[in-house]
Amino acid sequence: MDLRTPQSIIISNTETIPGKKIVEFYGVVTGNTVRAKHVGRDIMAGLKNIVGGELAGYTELLADSRQEATDRMVQQALSMGANAVVNVRFATSSITQGASELFAYGTAVRVR
Amino acid sequence: MDPITFIFNFGIPLAVLMVAYIVGTLLERRHFASIRSREASIRGFPVMTFDRMPEEWQVRKSELFAGSVVVSLDYFKRIIAGIRGIFGGRIKTYEPLLDRARREAMLRLIEQARAAGFDAVINVRLETSRIANANSGEGTAGIEMLAFGTAVKLESRL
Repeated sequence: MDLRTPQSIIISNTETIPGKKIVEFYGVVTGNTVRAKHVGRDIMAGLKNIVGGELAGYTELLADSRQEATDRMVQQALSMGANAVVNVRFATSSITQGASELFAYGTAVRVR
Repeated sequence: MDPITFIFNFGIPLAVLMVAYIVGTLLERRHFASIRSREASIRGFPVMTFDRMPEEWQVRKSELFAGSVVVSLDYFKRIIAGIRGIFGGRIKTYEPLLDRARREAMLRLIEQARAAGFDAVINVRLETSRIANANSGEGTAGIEMLAFGTAVKLESRL
């Protein structure tokens, strides 16, 4: 999964954008999404669970959700006027049965 | 007990258990073979867990990349792990599962960065999370491994 972001913003999990200088800080930006598993996917995953290995349906589901959380974080950064988000972190937590929260957060900055 | 109920009560679960063990083991072996050959093909590509780069590196472009995979143990090995859980100690059936999932996630991260024309991946982080089972709420439906890092493209190739 390539984390797709608009052309106007750069995101990185390093403290600065490599090769650039931070000129302004805007603060912490966050994005989250809570997703439940799909019944069809759950049945397929249940079958796959017998023999083990990769549960491709879940891999895709979580990757999509993480993209959405990232998109929300990026939208928030853009609305602040930032052109980069640095030190991005991801967190996952299972909320209730069969649902997970995916969370992305970072620091919105202006780089030059 | 007549033979038909006997087959239903014991024969079928036992058959499923055997199939799970055989197919699961074969799949695992195939996955490890694929991981090894892909790891060999990316050997020499710089990947690091810190963000300090050599001073002569002139970065032109950077981008965040992630690779993830959700895996689960086969039915037979889950039962073995469950029994092991009673006595405690090392659960050998889980170790290769976590190992291959982590290596797979790393490979996905690196392969993508390389395919997109980047020269290195810095500040790689690995995370593990459990996905709860929807039906019973207990047990493990899957384990997600996530690898993410910042891919950098340099002004001049190394």
